[in-house]
Amino acid sequence: MTDGTAATRITYREAMKQAIREALQSDPRTFLMGEDVGKYGGCFAVSKGLLAEFGEERIRDTPLSESGFVGAGIGAAMGGMRPIVEIMTVNFSLLAADQIVNNAATLCHMSGGQFSVPVVIRMATGAGRQLAAQHSHSLEAWYAQVPGLRVVVPATIDDARGMLKPALECPDPVLIFEPASLYNMEGELTEAARHAEISGARVQRAGRDVTLITYGASLWRCVTAAEELAAAGIDAEVIDLRSLRPLDDAAILGSVRRTRRVLIVDEGWRSGGIAAEVAMRIVEQGFYDLDAPIARVCTEEVPLPYPKHLEDAALPNPARIVAAVKRMFGNAG
Amino acid sequence: MTNLPAGLTRERGLQLLREMLRIRQFEGRCAELYGAGSIRGFMHLYDGEEAIAVGVMQVLEPQDSIVSTYRDHGHAIARGIGMGPLMAELFGKRTGCSGGRGGSMHVFDKRTRFYGGNAIVGGGLPLAVGLALAGKMQRQPGIAACFFGEGAAAEGEFHESLNLAALWRLPVLFLCENNLYAMGTALARSEAETDIHAKAASYGLRSEAVDGMDVFAVENAVRAAAAHARSGAGPAFIEFRTYRFRPHSMFDAQLYRDKAEVEEWQKRGPIIMLTTLLKAAALMTEEDFQRLQREADGEVSEAVAFAERSEWEPVEDLARHVYAEVAAS
Repeated sequence: MTDGTAATRITYREAMKQAIREALQSDPRTFLMGEDVGKYGGCFAVSKGLLAEFGEERIRDTPLSESGFVGAGIGAAMGGMRPIVEIMTVNFSLLAADQIVNNAATLCHMSGGQFSVPVVIRMATGAGRQLAAQHSHSLEAWYAQVPGLRVVVPATIDDARGMLKPALECPDPVLIFEPASLYNMEGELTEAARHAEISGARVQRAGRDVTLITYGASLWRCVTAAEELAAAGIDAEVIDLRSLRPLDDAAILGSVRRTRRVLIVDEGWRSGGIAAEVAMRIVEQGFYDLDAPIARVCTEEVPLPYPKHLEDAALPNPARIVAAVKRMFGNAG
Repeated sequence: MTNLPAGLTRERGLQLLREMLRIRQFEGRCAELYGAGSIRGFMHLYDGEEAIAVGVMQVLEPQDSIVSTYRDHGHAIARGIGMGPLMAELFGKRTGCSGGRGGSMHVFDKRTRFYGGNAIVGGGLPLAVGLALAGKMQRQPGIAACFFGEGAAAEGEFHESLNLAALWRLPVLFLCENNLYAMGTALARSEAETDIHAKAASYGLRSEAVDGMDVFAVENAVRAAAAHARSGAGPAFIEFRTYRFRPHSMFDAQLYRDKAEVEEWQKRGPIIMLTTLLKAAALMTEEDFQRLQREADGEVSEAVAFAERSEWEPVEDLARHVYAEVAAS
């Protein structure tokens, strides 16, 4: 994408770094702040090298004060800046939940539209690295419940590269959840990154027989499952939600009308999650288009355990997805 | 306050008294209107603390930003938000300064850079840090002034914000209105160290405590603190020792404090003290005082009439202002 011609292979981490670098280069109002984003180079090395390139004023290491620096980002946004606030992981975002939910999401509304909060808050999310219960949360659905916030989850190289720009241009607070297990993923960066939006789902793989609706790290579990299903004669469509607030009802319902069967795959816990919300929207708007009950594969309702075999068993994986789809066809006769 | 400042003019003395009386009269009417059901929700009155808002606003400039608390009427009036839009906000009318969406606890006004009353204790401090950071990064001359009560000193956001502002030498005025009670919990029942300004000083910022009942002491302290912040030397903290004469909110039976204690503080209230001293110095007559009260009353009556005749926002507009309707400036 950098030269606008041939596609290049880069990691998700590098794609995100390129996006941040471009934002810093193109808008003097933009700065990055968070824990260990400067000297350390970022907990996930996303901002490595940026301190040397942009200096202390624009790459700001913060104390371990999530509420303090997230609130400062909100205040700075209201004061005319375009901050990128990095919270190391979603687990720590709970220490800043007051600022995100009580301030960022409400100030536009409570001021009758006089003020807006054009802040971008990035954080890593998800499990799969044997980090046990306090470092493995997927809580994006909690934030997606809150009117006033926008919640996106880039799952592809193009989206990692492309979603930050529209997020910074948006006058509302945008939360970007970066699945930590994807930082090392390599892939082709294409022209599509230039046109990324922060609303709207995308068809990752077209198919006729069943729709797999997912987002984040589970996108790649679904893609793997779809290949296995293809070998078994089932042609699965895979939808990447990309944005959890707003949800793209039109894309969801459009696919359901084509395939008439739906499995939702979500790394959040099952109860009260994104899968439940998507399923209910399909029931409300497309019940009579369905040939089989909607099904879901979510994380088992346990705090994520440390041992690999137990963690693997708790998370959505291709085998569980394939089995759920096959049950759907069995049940539907 | 036992003496007026040397050289105080009649005009200046009356102006400060007028500003405090405007707040007192406005809120007296608010209490009546609350009883009548015209104002709903939670409402917290500022009686007894007027010298702080008025003293602070003598110093702040138009380019300075203000972050307030749920006890925000006094700050708003002293800052120059009109009583009409303020009263309409308390009524929930569309002509309110926040479009009616916020109510008593959430007064906003872009024109005066009033960034809201915040209903979460301590929740406004990080915002003020951010506003000051934005100003500093954009090389703007303004500072950010943040009000909060002594109860906020128990919140993590207080400590995080003081540290961050001091660490980055940001132009923030931390203005602590210590009225001794966090709702119904006395300071000594919730803090091992009750000297709030000493806690603040431990973060490496300029810190002092002053008599919050003395409008001149308030103004002088804020003037020095603001000069410090404007000079680039970093944040300043002022603890105003004050007292609220009314209950915490309209639902408070005040079982936690003695009437005698309230009466004792009322004797040295900011309005009665200034009135007494101005009269004793022959700078003001009883007639002057009555006139100031009548004028304030008249302004309040006009504000109430404005709020009463204002229209409700149509229900069709319910979903507005969840997201910005125009690009951010």
